[in-house]
Amino acid sequence: MPTFVYMTRCDGCGQCVDICPSDIMHIDPKLRRAYNIEPNMCWECYSCVKACPHNAIDVRGYADFAPLGHSVRVIRDEEKGVIAWRIKSRNGETDLNLLAPITTKPWGKHIPQLKDVQGPNKDMRDSQLLFNEPKYIRMDEGDIHTLESNGLKMKAGVYY
Amino acid sequence: MPKTILEDNIDILVCGAGLGGTGAAFEARYWGQDKKIVIAEKANIDRSGAVAQGLYAINCYMGTRFGENNPEDHVRYARIDLMGMVREDLLFDMARHVDSTVHQFEEWGLPLMRDPKTGAYQREGRWQIMIHGESYKPIVAEAAKKSADKVFNRICVTHLLMDDSKENRVAGAVGFNVRTGDYHVFKSKAVIVAAGGASNIFRPRSVGEGAGRVWYAPWSSGSAYGLLIGAGAKMTQMENRIVLARFKDGYGPVGAYFLHLKTYTQNCNGEEYESKWFPDLQKMVGKEYLDPEAAHLTHRPIPTCLRNHALINEVNAGRGPIHMVTMEAFQDPHLEEIGWHNFLGMTVGQAVLWAATDVNPKYENPELTTSEPYVMGSHATGSGAWCSGPEDVSPPEYFWGYNRMTTVEGLFGAGDAVGGTPHAFSSGSFTEGRIAAKAACMYIDDGKAEGIRISQEQIERRKQQIFKPMEHYKVYRNEIVAGDVNPNYINPRQGLDRLQKLMDEYAGGATVNYMTNDKLLHIGLKKLKTLEEDLEKIAAKDVHELLRAWELKHRTLASESVMHHTLFRKETRWPGYYYRGDAMKLDDENWHVLTVSRRDPQTGEYTMEKAPCYHLVGDDE
Repeated sequence: MPTFVYMTRCDGCGQCVDICPSDIMHIDPKLRRAYNIEPNMCWECYSCVKACPHNAIDVRGYADFAPLGHSVRVIRDEEKGVIAWRIKSRNGETDLNLLAPITTKPWGKHIPQLKDVQGPNKDMRDSQLLFNEPKYIRMDEGDIHTLESNGLKMKAGVYY
Repeated sequence: MPKTILEDNIDILVCGAGLGGTGAAFEARYWGQDKKIVIAEKANIDRSGAVAQGLYAINCYMGTRFGENNPEDHVRYARIDLMGMVREDLLFDMARHVDSTVHQFEEWGLPLMRDPKTGAYQREGRWQIMIHGESYKPIVAEAAKKSADKVFNRICVTHLLMDDSKENRVAGAVGFNVRTGDYHVFKSKAVIVAAGGASNIFRPRSVGEGAGRVWYAPWSSGSAYGLLIGAGAKMTQMENRIVLARFKDGYGPVGAYFLHLKTYTQNCNGEEYESKWFPDLQKMVGKEYLDPEAAHLTHRPIPTCLRNHALINEVNAGRGPIHMVTMEAFQDPHLEEIGWHNFLGMTVGQAVLWAATDVNPKYENPELTTSEPYVMGSHATGSGAWCSGPEDVSPPEYFWGYNRMTTVEGLFGAGDAVGGTPHAFSSGSFTEGRIAAKAACMYIDDGKAEGIRISQEQIERRKQQIFKPMEHYKVYRNEIVAGDVNPNYINPRQGLDRLQKLMDEYAGGATVNYMTNDKLLHIGLKKLKTLEEDLEKIAAKDVHELLRAWELKHRTLASESVMHHTLFRKETRWPGYYYRGDAMKLDDENWHVLTVSRRDPQTGEYTMEKAPCYHLVGDDE
């Protein structure tokens, strides 16, 4: 579906160019505004739509199977931690407003800086444990699962 | 010639920062607090990889904490779903760590839904938990950015660098900036390839713009395979492509519909159709793999490929289309909302399509179809590199020193790059990245990366090779008046069309009902060889086309591997994913093995071998 950009809303800021995973939002050198240079490599992922500060980008369903006259619009707000969608069908009978959370914490604040945490000791290095384990596996004092702890063997052949 | 930008003295280089790569970069900092950790990402790490647009579920969570499952339960599930062909050491290892990953995600702010009655995470199915995951990727990207010394966005990594002092040891990677066109050289002691699987190697069902609405992301260019195969790493299970039964055209997800909304399928006459195909199918695959009665009693799943087989055959019998019965579930306004949220959270295009075609699932049952095939290693299929497993689990054939290390020293994999580990999904891929990162740090600490030497010749040779498509364009463009028809070159789109057509017709794509055989594969391989020759003459008019040219080269390397593996395995192991018309039965006597290949980087010759298939067996079995 490819995305398209409204001429009067785009100011050429390039946020969409920076975020597009497919590298298809480019700035037109003459008009100095963004556009989709390769619609058949667009996944309709809405990354650019969400990133546009002027709501200048929208989506028109893929021409080979989607009729005209529909709309799926979105506003994503990192500060409030929510995303709001509005879906309107071609015949107007479906008109849905849907809201969903995108995070439960202030952005990035609860991710540890692993450079500063207590580093692993030799026992931990020699074990199968990863960071925060075994604690985080079950949020209790139990240890990691092994073949022995779970009464298992690896055997070649067909066993089922 | 373009400018060369060198990043030297890297300890851990992560190529590709989707879920696997972000997990690797994050964890590497813990085991290598003083190490230099660098990420090279083709797009922007905040929205890259297959999870760029979000997910509405985490499909791999044990829930041992809530008494739900143990790791071995998941191994048995993945084993039966893949008709026995998995690396159970790697699966067990991923499954025993994956919950610690998910619990950290929750702490970082990813909204995991809870069951109000039990307080446990809201289950969608036995392995799936429901999330509000629109920002899943930006959240894990924050973690990776915190751990990495540097993140290079918009770098298309084209090749791995190899050590010139010791054979079969990795030494870094090279690529180019898709915006500036600069040449980038990364010299590194260890490399973790966490690039993506392959969409768009088989001709898609869509015929125009919709070619972008592939099931797996269009930017998943098989670079996980292109990079590893190009470096001479052994690959496994590359024949095991996946076909998805999804909502027609939009390829919207069906997991939540089946599992949570309890929708079901029927043919055009409103009849249940799956079970009537099972008796014949059971003759093809044997009772060990398809036993509907046992499945009913024990909740053992019917393998995904076999359910595809029933759908494909019902359509071929003239009773299509297949419908998803939504009209019952959608009467409940809460479930109706979940149905729409599910698309908005991970496949917005399906919501767009239903809006465009006035589909209201409350009053009409939408159509399903089977997709074109995809090659990847983290969904219900396990293509990827042949990697070492963990010391305490792996039998000798599966173990050579470092967990998730490929057969090239110092070269590790995660996510789609690792073979034999289906059903890892997002959380399992992140977990595999963490496992690989720890092992890569150990590899360096053990002194295994000492004395690496990279010749200037290698660096220059790769540079010439990388930018050749742009040179080629400059040389021959003015021989013609205008347009894209030139006797001296093809452009990346033309090359991709040719690849997709030949893979479709000779390697079992959608238009031939997923059918191939020995003869077709031999013809296909021949055509692929000439395509490879023509790719030496591919032309790129700008840096963006250069990106597409290298994506195509990676896709082509992956495709060649798929063909060789498909040719090697003389049986039909996964009816519904593909059929060997000359060997229509599953053959456990000869083929209860994993297929392993190596492409000689110098000659391009393939060698194939069988590796034993080990299973986890309980004390009481």
